[in-house]
Amino acid sequence: MRALVWHGKHDVRIDNVPDPEIINPRDAILKVTSTAICGSDLHLYDAVIPTLQSGDILGHEFMGEVLDVGSGVGNLKKGDRVVVPFPISCGSCFFCGKQQFSLCDNSNTAEKADMSETLYGHQMAGIFGYSHLTGGYAGGQAEYVRVPYADVGPMVIPDGMEDDQVLFLTDILPTGWMAAENCDIEEGDTVAVWGCGPVGLFAVQSALLMGAHRVIAIDHYPRRLALAKQLGAEVLDFREVRVWEALMDMTGGIGPDAVIDAVGLESHGFRIDNIMDRVKQATFLGTDRGAVLREVIIACRKGGRVSIPGVYGGFVDKFPIGALMEKGLQVKSGQTHVHRYLPELLRRIGEGEIDTTFLISHRMPLEEAPEGYRMFKEEPNECTKVVLKTGH
Amino acid sequence: MRDDCADGSGGGKSRALKFILGIGALAAGGAAIAMSRKLSADRGDPNRTLFGDGPLAAARSGASGDYAESTLISRAVTINRSRQELYDFWRDFTNLPRFMEHVRSVTPLDGTRSRWVIEAPAGGTVEFVSAVTEDEPGRLIAWSSQEGADVRNSGRIEFIDAPPGRGTIVRATIAYDPPAGALGRAVATLFQREPKLQARSDLRRFKQLMETGEVTTSQPRPTEAAAA
Ligand SMILES: [Zn+2]
Ligand SMILES: [Zn+2]
Repeated sequence: MRALVWHGKHDVRIDNVPDPEIINPRDAILKVTSTAICGSDLHLYDAVIPTLQSGDILGHEFMGEVLDVGSGVGNLKKGDRVVVPFPISCGSCFFCGKQQFSLCDNSNTAEKADMSETLYGHQMAGIFGYSHLTGGYAGGQAEYVRVPYADVGPMVIPDGMEDDQVLFLTDILPTGWMAAENCDIEEGDTVAVWGCGPVGLFAVQSALLMGAHRVIAIDHYPRRLALAKQLGAEVLDFREVRVWEALMDMTGGIGPDAVIDAVGLESHGFRIDNIMDRVKQATFLGTDRGAVLREVIIACRKGGRVSIPGVYGGFVDKFPIGALMEKGLQVKSGQTHVHRYLPELLRRIGEGEIDTTFLISHRMPLEEAPEGYRMFKEEPNECTKVVLKTGH
Repeated sequence: MRDDCADGSGGGKSRALKFILGIGALAAGGAAIAMSRKLSADRGDPNRTLFGDGPLAAARSGASGDYAESTLISRAVTINRSRQELYDFWRDFTNLPRFMEHVRSVTPLDGTRSRWVIEAPAGGTVEFVSAVTEDEPGRLIAWSSQEGADVRNSGRIEFIDAPPGRGTIVRATIAYDPPAGALGRAVATLFQREPKLQARSDLRRFKQLMETGEVTTSQPRPTEAAAA
């Protein structure tokens, strides 16, 4: 089959690779119809996430048609159209039982789980196409993909809904939704969202649906800010204003009740501490640049909520623990428990409450995926989301 | 390791030679067996030197008296199944190769003895006869190799109730006397590379198998499954 293969930093290619096959009873093989490039794929593209290996197939946002199922998959049949959550979840461990699907204890492999246990004290769950820290699974930017524990993850999509309407159920929509949910929004709340990439934009939409009085979105790409505004947010361009001062003014000195860091480890802040972070990241003294994380904590009102959907992988220097403690902030974070949100979000899409297609700036064939990566990386203003179509 | 806690079948072995295999290689000479008996009772052990309730295997160097850090390895994992279910699966030793990476086969000889075939370096195998030395249904199994084994070894697995509704804590304790001679050194080299790692991944596979019914793999095709 044809698949998007990582060869090294800024070097991804479409290669011929062998087709995947069923191995375990709970596996399914999917014929991929649509797959997207994610902002977090750019972390892999930039080689800032360790343990990626040359030859790995990327892609954790994909959907398609069931081609084959193992004997243990009773809920899917050949021909079903499904979306697949990016975290792999067994459905039977303690964490899956608590609906904390992205914390699944069994979906990383016994051998590869050691890497994250060493890094984080506990093993991470498996994730499609996202380095060997998360199991080394082949991703879905390919014609076919093997889906383990397919009786738990994939959700069947009813006829009449287009791929583009539901593809983002795999990651960015539930991720934006969970980011807003983690804000525990109360009546009258102002929510500030740093980063108007796909997750930030869905967080804006979700926070408003959850009853936020006001949402303030922060970025510096005009097109992304325009999209946030279109969704109902007030916007700040951080190259134009000092963000803390602007937020204090807009909120009457109180600060946002809840703050969302939808940027994560590759933030573009033009600040001296960020430049220092960049140096350290390059020398592996500290892996993550933390300008946005510091800013959200400093801006958050006393007793407020800090939600971190942005991906961090390692350590951040100068973490403002003093502000966190003295202001009595609560922090919620984590990879998204996608499975938990699928039925409700599918319903909201179906009823027209949530629009996902506004985000897509480029549709291209899988064969052109390397160009898609380059554009997404180099033209963040124009290129908000790339959807790849296979030739099936 | 204390010489005075040996059970007579090799207790004088040098402590410097003791280290751990994966639970797949189930290791320890007689002295180590005696040690694992002590472990089971260590909360009430009059020779215990830790003040707190932590396990000896986690003791810092120097804090645990005669138990040198390297001679004690145990690993606990919580599995969302009942004690009895886990015990039953484990007690049927023919199941062990399903999750122990280096165990090729286990063939029962009678009620307590079984023949083990373990993968050795360079594609070879090591065989020995192992006997159950302690067996409390639903609670624990201990076993050790019999006289004449090339690799003298033993292991112990305990099944303890986790807090209500949280399944079972499974604790494996392993120690190992490497055999003398060229083969012994070869086996030692293979496992000493990362013996703790082997134990961890064997226990993870046990948990996967018991909770999900299968062993998790990220290989895209069966033909590559062995290369994980
Ligand atoms: Zn994604
Ligand atoms: Zn699970």
